[in-house]
Amino acid sequence: MAKIIVVTSGKGGVGKTTSAAAIATGLALRGNKTVVIDFDVGLRNLDLIMGCERRVVYDLVNVIQGEAGLKQAMIRDKRSENLHILPASQTRDKDALTLEGVEKVLMDLSEEFDYIICDSPAGIERGAQLALYFADEAVVVTNPEVSSVRDSDRILGLLSSKSRRAEQNRDPIKEHLLVTRYNPNRVNDGDMLNLDDIREILAIDLVGLIPESEAVLRASNQGVPVIHDDKSDAGQAYADTVSRLMGEDVPLRFQSVQKRGLIARMFGGGGRR
Amino acid sequence: MRLLDFLKGERKKSASVAKERLQIIVAHQRGHRGQPDYMPMLEQELLAVIRRYVKVDQDAINISLDSDNDCSVLELNVTLPNEGEAAKS
Repeated sequence: MAKIIVVTSGKGGVGKTTSAAAIATGLALRGNKTVVIDFDVGLRNLDLIMGCERRVVYDLVNVIQGEAGLKQAMIRDKRSENLHILPASQTRDKDALTLEGVEKVLMDLSEEFDYIICDSPAGIERGAQLALYFADEAVVVTNPEVSSVRDSDRILGLLSSKSRRAEQNRDPIKEHLLVTRYNPNRVNDGDMLNLDDIREILAIDLVGLIPESEAVLRASNQGVPVIHDDKSDAGQAYADTVSRLMGEDVPLRFQSVQKRGLIARMFGGGGRR
Repeated sequence: MRLLDFLKGERKKSASVAKERLQIIVAHQRGHRGQPDYMPMLEQELLAVIRRYVKVDQDAINISLDSDNDCSVLELNVTLPNEGEAAKS
């Protein structure tokens, strides 16, 4: 049986797809058979972040409507043989997803894979609700910013009431907080919510802290999930996140301002502060 | 820098303002969490009925549903205006 993890946030643009791509890739690199599904019907982007946009033939909606088989629709990742991508449809509207259809796809995938990562669309409408409905665990992606934190709290409400686990009175979805775009310099200046404040307000377990990083844009430009950039701060922070998802106890990094050496300061560029 | 801020009579840092605002709004959101979908409608209609008889403000009504194991309590809290104002209306 696969573990189903939804990557969700409520608010758009906080890093859901970046995180879903990085986490799925990280799990696969650690030897887990992993599939990552794009639930954002009409606005697919996971394929771009994963760098497989030109290999999309069939998509999730085709599979649900019986126009293609799962094997035909899934794209095997170029860099990791344990990783598959199931893209969203670009042309259909989001009503093409049905609860029964999604359940069937997840059940079939569940037999073959260790992890199923569901990349949720923004918002709290149908697509987002379907993405989280069957989840065992949830990664709630949050930026240190008021609207993102508030929307994350709304999503936590949905996770605890509108999921299959909630409706069947089973153990609740395990909720993980993933803080992204964290800038320790601005936290120090008192102009950005600090990690402890966010944790206190949302009151769920922290699974990772991703610093604001130039590596993220570089990675998406190239269509290579940022976790492959193991020299970068964001890549390392995602690797730590994957370890924690797999149950390991890893110390938290990138929470405070990294001291820069004299040389780095003299020559400015390059290293992140 | 810090010293300068201090001398200028430092204003409140924006992050702590953000935290306070969030704590209030999140507490409010959680109060509504898990309540049945009909609650907002019920609240509106009850308020409409009450306002037919007494002039109360839109936000003078507070409704909540608490569930224990075997019973649910619907609590309705209406702040009535004091006598003088009520008579005028």
